[in-house]
Amino acid sequence: MIVIENLTKQFGQNLAVEGLNLEVQEGEVFGFLGPNGAGKTTTVRMLTSLIQPTSGKAVVNGFTVGRQDTQIRRTVGLLTETPGLYDNLSAEYNLRIYANLYEVKDVAGQVEKYLRLLGLWERRFEPAATLSKGMKQKLAIARAMLHEPRILFLDEPTSALDPESARLVRDFIAELRKEGRTIFLCTHNLDEADRACDRIAVFKTRLVVVDTPANLRRQLFGRKVVFHLVNLDETLAAKVRALPFIQETRILDNRLVVTLDNPEARNPQIIRTLVEAGAELQFVGELRHSLEEVYLQLVKNV
Amino acid sequence: MQKIITIIRKEWAEVFKNRMVLFTIAFMPLLLTAIPLIILFTMRGEMQIASAGAADIPAQFKAFCPAELSGNECFQVFMVSQFVFMFMIIPLSIPAAIAAYSVVGEKTTRSLEPLLATPITTIELLLGKSLAAVIPAVFATFLAFTIFACGVWLIVPNRIMLLAILNARWLLAVLIVGPLLAWLSVTFSVMVSSRVNDPRVAEQLSVVIIVPLLGLFFGQMAGLLIIDRQLVLVIALILVLVDALMTYFSVQLFQRETILTRWK
Repeated sequence: MIVIENLTKQFGQNLAVEGLNLEVQEGEVFGFLGPNGAGKTTTVRMLTSLIQPTSGKAVVNGFTVGRQDTQIRRTVGLLTETPGLYDNLSAEYNLRIYANLYEVKDVAGQVEKYLRLLGLWERRFEPAATLSKGMKQKLAIARAMLHEPRILFLDEPTSALDPESARLVRDFIAELRKEGRTIFLCTHNLDEADRACDRIAVFKTRLVVVDTPANLRRQLFGRKVVFHLVNLDETLAAKVRALPFIQETRILDNRLVVTLDNPEARNPQIIRTLVEAGAELQFVGELRHSLEEVYLQLVKNV
Repeated sequence: MQKIITIIRKEWAEVFKNRMVLFTIAFMPLLLTAIPLIILFTMRGEMQIASAGAADIPAQFKAFCPAELSGNECFQVFMVSQFVFMFMIIPLSIPAAIAAYSVVGEKTTRSLEPLLATPITTIELLLGKSLAAVIPAVFATFLAFTIFACGVWLIVPNRIMLLAILNARWLLAVLIVGPLLAWLSVTFSVMVSSRVNDPRVAEQLSVVIIVPLLGLFFGQMAGLLIIDRQLVLVIALILVLVDALMTYFSVQLFQRETILTRWK
């Protein structure tokens, strides 16, 4: 759906994007993470044909950036970092303008569909300026969806939204995913990326890494299982450490943290060993590193 | 064509909700129409040079004065004729006010990026924005001139004086030079908006376009030049060429990338 080969963008002496190689599959929710000034927005602008690459190639929905820009703009939707609405005009009129510019056939029908879908129908005649931040963001999302694009670029869709509005936007993204649309999601909200994205790319002028959140966790921290014991002591820990597949053990208060591969297969054996050694086991759970820890670890090394 | 109409309607819906722009569009034509009519009305019968003939008046008056008119009437025709230039300020200033708001305003409200992300072409966008600024300006100019012509018809005492004021020079200026100036103004505003980093600078620079017109106004007032029918036609021809060039350059200079990445 999106194929990027050695994409580079330079503004004067400033290298904003360097040699980006990436492929995003159809129907995938792809998270694009990076610190401020990393070049995320520049990349999105190139992929939506708003600006031209200095070198390299990008093919979006079968159209090449720089050569088939109008076709690209016709088939992708873009939610910009700020809603960029016409504040003096009503919510409905804001959408009508864009429906016409995107050459939507049933303008009234599409406008009504998305106003209702995003809970804005009752306030459709109110000027955009009077809407709350969350509502403005929802209106901007509706605007990006009017022409039913197969690829949607979302630049910080939930930034500055209250939890309720952010939840609504996330649910909407989940709905779009079910419909098989491809979503390219730029976000600082790592929890959101973790929940919504099939794969994520960590980017800082150049691509740092791209993989599923689960694989990144595994690569960076391994898999860890926590055993809560009433009577944890060094003897019990040594019994576990002696098992051949254990990579590492740590004691934290009354918790034994064990690093290993394939805990689904190995956990019963560990539990058995502990119980046979007289351990009083309270809980067992996987220690899941947050995506934030993964991200910070990756960005720190760049 | 649908996209151009959409842009025009959007611009009008937005711009006409801005009180400052509305004030510029409504107040200036009213003012520039009222001033010559007030001058004409107050001068009627009060000038005490009626005894002077057309032959006795200064050279720059003569260009405006048929032989049948008295010196007083010639002077009135001369004075009112200076306001041809004032009528030219209408098609220059209104598009500048609208274009500065519409082009720069898009950037300040950050609505330009989603707009440029649609399949609209640069020519369609600029044409829509330009026409949205030019049409009200030309309409306001024509309306102001119509009101002025009706006022002159009511005030002046005879048909010769009426025709001396509302002559071909006026009609050429209002009907041909006016729209050409309006187009010049809007293309200049678009060019300035495309190149500067600060929207406030764009608004201020757009007004510079009035300066050459003021030069002509004061030149005639000082008797340095006479704006007659031939000169108006020459100005119109020059404007056609300048407008064509300015249109070309405004399209060339409207670089989406520059506008998106340079404006802060």
